[in-house]
Amino acid sequence: MNLDAVVRILGVLLMVFSLTMLPPIAVSLLYEDGTTMPFLAAFAVTLGTGIVLFLPVRNRRGELRTRDGFLIVVLFWTVLGVTGALPLLLSEAPKMRLVDAMFESMSGLTTTGATVLTGLDELPESILYYRQQLQWLGGMGIIVLAVAILPMLGIGGMQLYRAEMPGPVKDAKLTPRIAETAKALWYIYMALTITCAGAYWLAGMTLFDAIGHSFSTVAIGGFSTHDASIGYFNSPLIEMIAVTFMVLAGINFAVHFVVWRRRNPAQYLEDPEVRLFFGILITVCVVVIFTLWQSSYYGSLGETLHHAIFQAVSIGTTAGFTTTSFSQWPGYLPVLLLFTSFIGACAASTGGGIKVIRFMLLFKQGNREIMRLIHPSAQMPVKVGNRAVGERVIDAVWGFFATYIALFTLMMLALMATGLDQVTAFSAVAACINNLGPGLGDVAAHYGEIGATAKWILMLAMLLGRLEVFTLLVLFTPAFWRR
Amino acid sequence: MKIIILGAGQVGSSLAHNLASEANDVTLVDMNRRLLADLQDRLDLRTVFGNATHPPVLMQAGADDADMIIAVTNSDEANMIACQVAYTLFHTPTKIARVRAVEYLSYPQLFSPDAMPVDVLISPEQLVTQYVKRLIEHPGALQVLDFAGGKVRMVAVRAYYGGPLVGQELRTLADHMPGDHARVAAIFRRGKAIIPEGNTVIEAGDEVFFVAARKNIRAVMGELRRLDKPVKRIILAGGGNIGKRLAQALETRYQVKIIERTPERARNISEDLRKTIVLLGDAADEELLREENIENTDVFCALTNDDEANILSGMLAKRLGARMVMSLINRPAYVDLVQGSEDIDIAISPQQATIGTLLAHVRRGDVVMVHSLRRGAAEAIEAVAHGSPESSKVVGRAIADIPLPKGANIGCIVRGDEVLMAHHDTVIQAEDHVVLFLVDKRKIREVERLFQVGVTFL
Repeated sequence: MNLDAVVRILGVLLMVFSLTMLPPIAVSLLYEDGTTMPFLAAFAVTLGTGIVLFLPVRNRRGELRTRDGFLIVVLFWTVLGVTGALPLLLSEAPKMRLVDAMFESMSGLTTTGATVLTGLDELPESILYYRQQLQWLGGMGIIVLAVAILPMLGIGGMQLYRAEMPGPVKDAKLTPRIAETAKALWYIYMALTITCAGAYWLAGMTLFDAIGHSFSTVAIGGFSTHDASIGYFNSPLIEMIAVTFMVLAGINFAVHFVVWRRRNPAQYLEDPEVRLFFGILITVCVVVIFTLWQSSYYGSLGETLHHAIFQAVSIGTTAGFTTTSFSQWPGYLPVLLLFTSFIGACAASTGGGIKVIRFMLLFKQGNREIMRLIHPSAQMPVKVGNRAVGERVIDAVWGFFATYIALFTLMMLALMATGLDQVTAFSAVAACINNLGPGLGDVAAHYGEIGATAKWILMLAMLLGRLEVFTLLVLFTPAFWRR
Repeated sequence: MKIIILGAGQVGSSLAHNLASEANDVTLVDMNRRLLADLQDRLDLRTVFGNATHPPVLMQAGADDADMIIAVTNSDEANMIACQVAYTLFHTPTKIARVRAVEYLSYPQLFSPDAMPVDVLISPEQLVTQYVKRLIEHPGALQVLDFAGGKVRMVAVRAYYGGPLVGQELRTLADHMPGDHARVAAIFRRGKAIIPEGNTVIEAGDEVFFVAARKNIRAVMGELRRLDKPVKRIILAGGGNIGKRLAQALETRYQVKIIERTPERARNISEDLRKTIVLLGDAADEELLREENIENTDVFCALTNDDEANILSGMLAKRLGARMVMSLINRPAYVDLVQGSEDIDIAISPQQATIGTLLAHVRRGDVVMVHSLRRGAAEAIEAVAHGSPESSKVVGRAIADIPLPKGANIGCIVRGDEVLMAHHDTVIQAEDHVVLFLVDKRKIREVERLFQVGVTFL
């Protein structure tokens, strides 16, 4: 364990992160909302902490090992979660307790989009902007994490993307160096954000809303500057723009990279994961439209269509924007949508959930077991596209799935123990571990009413989901800390 | 012709055998002294010991005045280098190389004169694969041979009771099938050839060779035997190169299973094949065959490199109820042994499938395609008629007037895209592709002479 190097990186990280307090200060000055002080204080504290951490070890450059990677990744999200809560804690309006500020900050950075705040429309612009920006930064972190770092650590079958990238992407990495890869991904992320903001703005949002929502859309976050979320704008056009960009952001960024480099959008459909992702979203859309229309929940077909498509994509990609309270939808629909969020988006996207590729491998593995019963001596490798997937990857995916479900169950029971009803507990854990956002029952609109213990548990759920479970769990094993 | 053969393996030695018996000067080069000594004792040829790619060795083999070099060592790379050496140092006119790797074959531009000067590439695995594939497309056929790029096929079938034409004179074919669809090229009855005439009566058990356009083959076969149902389920035994390629070629249209014995190879091919089910086990394992529903299998094809295993597993499969059984057999003696037996329907001989391609280049006159039949005793030839009525013995003449040797028979003519069945009064034009059947290969010289353009033309 190279603790000095880890601390050094953390110091740099905090100093860089402190700079992200500057845009909200500018927003605050621009709108004169009187919330400049909390951001200035947070800026100073974060920068100071960073310098204090950095200076003593500034010359200790050491080779980082895989094991240090786990620690750095976990610290990245926890430490930023804590420091990100500072401005919220210090501000006068809204006046937030520690647990609430932490919850909001963590929800932002993990791009979950669950909020404890209400009356968003009356909050100072700088705070609103800051929340959106947290999600955007979180999204960017995830992309780099998922494409460049997790494959190296080999978490939950993600080594698939290291050695055996299926489909059109044959290179082990996009570019030979992580730094170059990160830069390429950052360009794609920026390009998506700018296009999204432009589209929102042209569709009628104010510039402030357009930028804010583009941040949380491309990050598949789900924070909004309005209580009514996207529903506030009451515009099918804006909803369809959001749908487009949620789907784009839910696609593996490595595939975006290939499409961009080859200038050929047909590559999207060459990737088996993307194909399945589209397939799932379309199927869910059709089922929701059919059921809503059958039960005549909305008056007109047009209304049914745009609400159904928007909600199916928003929940399916784990963004969690709402145009309508889907928790009130008839029959099995709310639970169906929640289950769809378990599948989530593609790996190496900003979306959450188990990830489409893992779901695909689980399904194929299950199918293989059935085929093995019929042909006991058959050799049947699980294939993605036309490439066989190693048994090690399949094992890792099963392990991931089992752990995911086990943790889900434990946390749901823990939530019920804090006094929440079953639907609320179930949906809250699902929404947080899948980095979705809104749940059902008491947490359908916001998480303000539930107890502090429950919020801490849910923060853990967000972090577990975001860090692909194992990255966090590995830190709790004694073997990890043994020298 | 002076021919140098590099590599005295299975293909090399059977090639040497075939070519030496046709009065060619054959020199065989190999690195195995025992093999060479043995061949020299048996066949009328010269042998040279040494590395086939080294120029001194080629020189010693007489490369400077050789007409043709055939590189069939077991290394693709050595074969290609040998052709390069022969081209650069000795200017050998015809260079033939065996190249197996699909990785090379998929880039034809590699083999142009200014890159890798190979005039003809042969890939035995590919030839055998196509051979078996054609047989599966026409269940019931003993042999299916392509001519004129697949426009015309020659098919061998055994006549059975129940075929409308069996017991009838050949001329009645026209009554059964209106239109001019097929021509019977030869009939073999109890191993002896019969030249078909209008009044020849087809008997049950006859092996009938007919030519027809590709789309009419099924209908003609229906005249000679009760039609087999189209093939659906196929089991291949042996996942070597041939087995894997065949599975790849068949898996989109049929339900294919492939049995492979070594776990590692089974794993490898299962990763490359898309729909084929790869079974790990022994092809002669009764339990495995039953478990995989052998009694409902249409074709069982034994393709390992072990003749005995292929014969035995084929027999077992037949006993267990497979409808049609094919075995890949290298040893000529076994081919005869098996061909007549009840258990194995078709013996596939890789040499016979390969040799035709090479023979086409040895033949004088413009011969495009040669298929060696009945262990080389008979031959089916596609030759192009060149010249004018003055210079050629075939152009401008009706078929009845062409002085064909006894036992030769013109089946059909391909003129451009058109397929014409041969009649007595059909007149051959220049550039026609003529498909002939030769019951006795010893008459080949006379046929070659017919298709050579006379001196006056030059």
